Amino acid sequence: MIRERLQEIANERPVVAPAQRDAEPMSAPAAAETVAEARHLSVWYGDFQALRDVSLSVLGRRITAIIGPSGCGKSTLIRCFNRMNDLIPGFRTDGEVQFEGRNIYARGVDPVEVRRRIGMVFQKPNPFPKSISENVAFGARVNGYVGRLDEIVERALRQAALWDEVKDKLHKNALTLSGGQQQRLCIARALAIEPEVILMDEPCSALDPVATLKIEDLMRDLIRSYAIVIVTHNMQQAARVADYSAVMMMAPDRAGEMIECGLTREVFTNPTDKRTEDYITGRFG
Amino acid sequence: MTVTQAGFRRRLLARKATAVGFVILAIAATGVGIAALAVLMVDLTREGIGRVSWDFINAFPSRKPEEAGIKAALWGTIWMMGLTAAFAIPIGVGAAIYLEEYAPKNWLTRVIQTNIANLAGVPSIVYGILGLTLFVRAMELGRSLLAGSLTMALLVLPIVIIASQEALRAVPGSIREAAFAVGASRWQVVSRQVVPAALPGMLTGIILALSRAIGETAPMIMIGALLFVPFTPDGPLDRFTVLPIQIFNWAARPQDEFRVNAAAGIIVLLAVLLTMNAAAIILRNRLQARSRG
Repeated sequence: MIRERLQEIANERPVVAPAQRDAEPMSAPAAAETVAEARHLSVWYGDFQALRDVSLSVLGRRITAIIGPSGCGKSTLIRCFNRMNDLIPGFRTDGEVQFEGRNIYARGVDPVEVRRRIGMVFQKPNPFPKSISENVAFGARVNGYVGRLDEIVERALRQAALWDEVKDKLHKNALTLSGGQQQRLCIARALAIEPEVILMDEPCSALDPVATLKIEDLMRDLIRSYAIVIVTHNMQQAARVADYSAVMMMAPDRAGEMIECGLTREVFTNPTDKRTEDYITGRFG
Repeated sequence: MTVTQAGFRRRLLARKATAVGFVILAIAATGVGIAALAVLMVDLTREGIGRVSWDFINAFPSRKPEEAGIKAALWGTIWMMGLTAAFAIPIGVGAAIYLEEYAPKNWLTRVIQTNIANLAGVPSIVYGILGLTLFVRAMELGRSLLAGSLTMALLVLPIVIIASQEALRAVPGSIREAAFAVGASRWQVVSRQVVPAALPGMLTGIILALSRAIGETAPMIMIGALLFVPFTPDGPLDRFTVLPIQIFNWAARPQDEFRVNAAAGIIVLLAVLLTMNAAAIILRNRLQARSRG
């Protein structure tokens, strides 16, 4: 019974056409090579330990999903990869996050530089209350990008599969778009600064199923050039889009721990930890 | 819990009656305010409108009431507002940005915060004494426009700071996160996203602050604004008078003709105030429309 259900969920994963994966641009990170890696990472907010000894590799041109029940530290973990947690008072870490051959939490590393290389898409679409093109161009602008901004805007919007819907209203306010369009705009905004890795923190949780599928298609498309990490508490979504899955759980002291990590198919059909199996089949969480 | 149908009906009627009662009470409360304002306006207009003319606006004070005008006071007020805004807005907005976006949340900032709130409630005469000691005497600015507007700027600073902080706090954190996430530095996040989004709210606070400043009389008397000024100020170091003082001066005279002048002065003061507010509201609505598309 449980095995059947696992099989069923695992089968939701679409087969990616091999041709699609051949068209890889030269600049893209080498496929399946580690581009970023958390090593024995622990996180505290004040006295509260949010993560304990978590390690995770993010592979180039692959989608890595982080799944687990609410409050298990998924968002904390993903936000460690671009130092977004620095903005929270009382935040501190132990362990390392390696990116481009150095620990991004080492002394002297500027988080602004890290965020330019590792983009992020948030749970709720959060466009700036400005025009569509200004939204996309903002990252390029603040980073002193030289070149034609309108070309950057068009390229990013095309990559985010939004160009055709907005090309005639680039100067309209971004808040006039639908929720799904806003989220794709946020993806375009992240793509415009040409990051290496894109972090997505439950990017579909505020969207309807149609918009969700569009984003998932887009993600499969984007891994031709980028590494993607996605946090989701939707098991089916992980099964549909992710090449690799990491399962997190809350320890009795409420600190988040990683209990399982591997190929999505393996994690879903052949979990090594009993809790993974229970979680995936919906016994709890 | 059991509720009989009849009991429920009876209570429902009572509930509706209470609701209607409160609506009437609320309308009455609003009515008192509006009626008071209307009486004031009608009374003033009846008394003073006949005196409001180009000559009245363009004449200096005189011993003869029919020849007296408010030119000096009007120009003094305009200079005063301009200088006060020039001091209070940058300092107030800057302080608000620092406190909201940069300062760590610790006991020191809490103390500062509490003190700013307290300063907003300090009587204006106290600011007058402070201005007299600090600007007029210690800094030797004399009884000048500069000393007056610095005093006025101190007076309205807490209002500007508190209102600007509220406006900054109302900007959703997700906007800041979005800007940080594309590699913006803190200053870029603040200057290009947070402040533009907060600007309409900040403007509202600034309007309120300047509206308060334009009507303040006590600190100006303390500073030593003149009662009888037959000239317009040429620069910030000149002596000056302002509309409320001119009005106060006329109203204190025994002759009825001067009281008419006072009423006319009040009409001009209100007109300046309403024009200022209207301009700011139009500006704010423009900004809001731009950010809502």
